[in-house]
Amino acid sequence: MRNAVILATMLAVTGAADARSVTDSAGRTVTIPETVQQVYAAGPPAAVLLYVLAPDRLIGWPRAPSREDERYLPEAYQGLPETGRLTGRGNTANLEVVLRAKPDLIFDFGAVRGAHVSLADRLQAQTGIPYLLIDGRFEHTAAALRLMGDVLGVSERAEELAVYVETLLAELADALAGIPEERRPRVYLARTASGLETGLQGSINTEIIERAGGRNVAGADPDERSRRGLTQMSAEQVILADPDMIITWDREFYAQVWGSPLWSPIDAVQRGRVFLAPTSPFGWIDRPPSINRVMGLRWLGSLFYPDRMQLDWRREVRAFYRLFYHVDLTVELLSRLTD
Amino acid sequence: MNPPGSPERQRARTAAGPIIGVLAAGLLLLALFAITVGPYPVSVDQIFVALLDYAGGSAGLTDAQVETVLFSVRIPRVLAALLVGAALAAAGTVYQGLFRNPLVSPDILGVSTGAGLGAALGILLSMPVVVTQGFAFAGGLGTVALVYAVATAVRGHDPMLVLVLAGVVLGALAGACISLVKILADPYDQLPAITFWLLGSLAGTQPDDVWSALPFVVVGLVPLVLLRWRMNLMTLGDEEATALGIDPRRLRVLLVAAATLMTASVVAVAGVVGWVGLVMPHIARLVVGPNFDRLLPAAMILGAGYLLAVDTIARTMADTETPLGILTAFVGAPVFLWLLATGRRSW
Repeated sequence: MRNAVILATMLAVTGAADARSVTDSAGRTVTIPETVQQVYAAGPPAAVLLYVLAPDRLIGWPRAPSREDERYLPEAYQGLPETGRLTGRGNTANLEVVLRAKPDLIFDFGAVRGAHVSLADRLQAQTGIPYLLIDGRFEHTAAALRLMGDVLGVSERAEELAVYVETLLAELADALAGIPEERRPRVYLARTASGLETGLQGSINTEIIERAGGRNVAGADPDERSRRGLTQMSAEQVILADPDMIITWDREFYAQVWGSPLWSPIDAVQRGRVFLAPTSPFGWIDRPPSINRVMGLRWLGSLFYPDRMQLDWRREVRAFYRLFYHVDLTVELLSRLTD
Repeated sequence: MNPPGSPERQRARTAAGPIIGVLAAGLLLLALFAITVGPYPVSVDQIFVALLDYAGGSAGLTDAQVETVLFSVRIPRVLAALLVGAALAAAGTVYQGLFRNPLVSPDILGVSTGAGLGAALGILLSMPVVVTQGFAFAGGLGTVALVYAVATAVRGHDPMLVLVLAGVVLGALAGACISLVKILADPYDQLPAITFWLLGSLAGTQPDDVWSALPFVVVGLVPLVLLRWRMNLMTLGDEEATALGIDPRRLRVLLVAAATLMTASVVAVAGVVGWVGLVMPHIARLVVGPNFDRLLPAAMILGAGYLLAVDTIARTMADTETPLGILTAFVGAPVFLWLLATGRRSW
C-alpha cells in the first residue's frame, strides 16, 4: 500500500509536467495533466461514473453512502469524505475543501447545456483546475465510459464496460424487435412511501422504462407532454391508468401496497405485479441517473419480456456487481437487495 | 420618539459617534480574522506575503494554489458577505423607518420573492450563471415596481396600508410561481439549485460578483445618505412630514426605489438571505438610537459584521456548505424574540 502511494506521488509529480488537451461533451477543449490521479466528482452521477471506471481516483462521495449502501462497497471506498455537489449555483461543496484535496480534474456527468457550461467555465477560471462536462444521456453511456476512460488512462477497462453496455442494448433491441407500441407493457413508477409521486413520460426519472420497452402511464396524455419531471398523482388517476405493472424502490410502499385499500383494487396489485427495485449501493432505476441504471435496464427488460429476455439473477447480478462495482456479492447480500 | 433636547436624545447623540467608530474597528478586525480562517490551510505569514505580492511589494513568492484560495475564493467571499450584509441592513432600516413598523423586512414589498422567481426561472431554463443573476435582479425590481403601480392605482385608502397589502399579495403570488417552477424543474440538477438559492449562500461567489453588485449598492446608498434628515421626518408620518414642508409621496418613491435597488442587487448574488434586514436595524437602534443619521451607518456595520460572521461559520463549520438562510434564522429568531420580549419602543 505504501509503495503504491509513493508510486502514485511520483507519477503525480512527473505527470504534472506533461499536459494534453481533450474535448469534452460540451465541445470545450480543456487541458488536463497527462496522468490524472485525484478527481473531484461534481455530483452523484459523476461519482458513479468515476467509481465504476477507476475508484482509486475518487476524492470523496458528493453524498456519503448510507450504511446499507456501504455493505455493497469495498471497505476502501466506504469511508471517503463527503464532498458535496458543485452543480448549479447552489453549491453544497465548499470551494476551499475542493482545493484542499488538490484535484487534478473536476468533472460533471449529466446535462451539458447552458448553465452547466457557464458554471464549468467559471469554476475553471476561478480555481485553475480543469473542469470537464460529460454527456449523461442514457444513449451516450458507452461514449461517456470511453471518454472518461481515455481521460483517466484506463481505456481498456472503459472498453470492457462500454462493450457490456452495448451488448445489453443490442440484446434489448433484439428482444423488442417486432413488438408494436400497443403491445408493450404499461408501467407505473411509484416513488415515495405513498406511491403517488411519479415521473412523467420523457423525464429523466423514468426514461429507463421506455428504454427497456415499457410504456409509462404517467404523462401519456398528449396534453401533458409539454411537462417533464416529477409529478403528484391522485389515487383515482392511478386506478384509471390501470397499469400492467408497478415498479418502485420504496420499501415502505412495497410493504404496504398489498393491503392498502387504495392500491389493492388495482389489477396489477391483485396479480402480484408490483416489483421492488434494489437501491444499493446505487439505485437500479434512478438515483442517481448514471451508469447504475444499466443494471436496472437488464432487470426491467426481463420483467417486461420474460420469454424473450432472461435474467439469471444469481449469475448476472453478481457478474454486474463484480465488473462495475468491484464487489463479490455473497448470497446474503444478494437476497438483501430485494428484501 | 423622544422630544429633541431631552436627556436621552442628547446622550444618544454624543455617544453615537464613538460607538460607530468602535463598531467599524470591530468589523475590520472581524474581516481580517475571517480572511485567516477556512478549510484550506493558509498561515498568517503566507497571507501577509500574498498581500504584499498583490500590492506589488514582492513579486512571485506566493504559492499559486494559496493565491487562488485567497484572491479567487476567500477574499471575494468575505467582501461579498460584507457587501450583502450592509446592503440588506441599510434597506431594512429604510423600510422600517418608512413603514414605521419594526416587523418590516426588506422583503415587505416582495423584492426577495420576485428575485427568487427570477432566479428559479433562470435555473429552470438552464441559463448561464450571469443571466440567472440578471433574471433575479430584474425579478426583484420588477415585482416592487408592480407592487408600487398597483398601490398607486388604488386610491382612497391609507397609501402605506395599500402598499403593504399589495406587497403581501404579489409576494404570495410570486411565491406560488416559484413553487410551480420547482415542480417543473429537474429534480437532480435544478431543484437543489433552486432550493439552495432560495435559502441564500455565498458558496459560489466569484470575484466578479462583488464588482457586479457594488455599483448598484452605491447608487442606492447615495439618496439614503443625502436624504438622511428627511428620512427622520418620514418616520413621523405623512401628515407631520407634509406640515414640515416635504412631499412624502415623492420621497417615498425615491427611498423605496433606492432600498429595492440595493436589495435586488445583492440578492441576485447571494440568494435570499433572510433576517439580516429585519434584525440588524433593531440592534442598531438599541445601540445608537433612532436618528437615521447614525442609525444607517450603525445598521450597515452590524449587518455586514453579522453576515460575515454567519458566512464564516457556514464555510468552516463542516466540509460541505450550509445555506445562509438557515444559519441566519437560527441566530436571528432568538434575538428577535428577545427584542419583542424586552419591548423597548423608540422610533
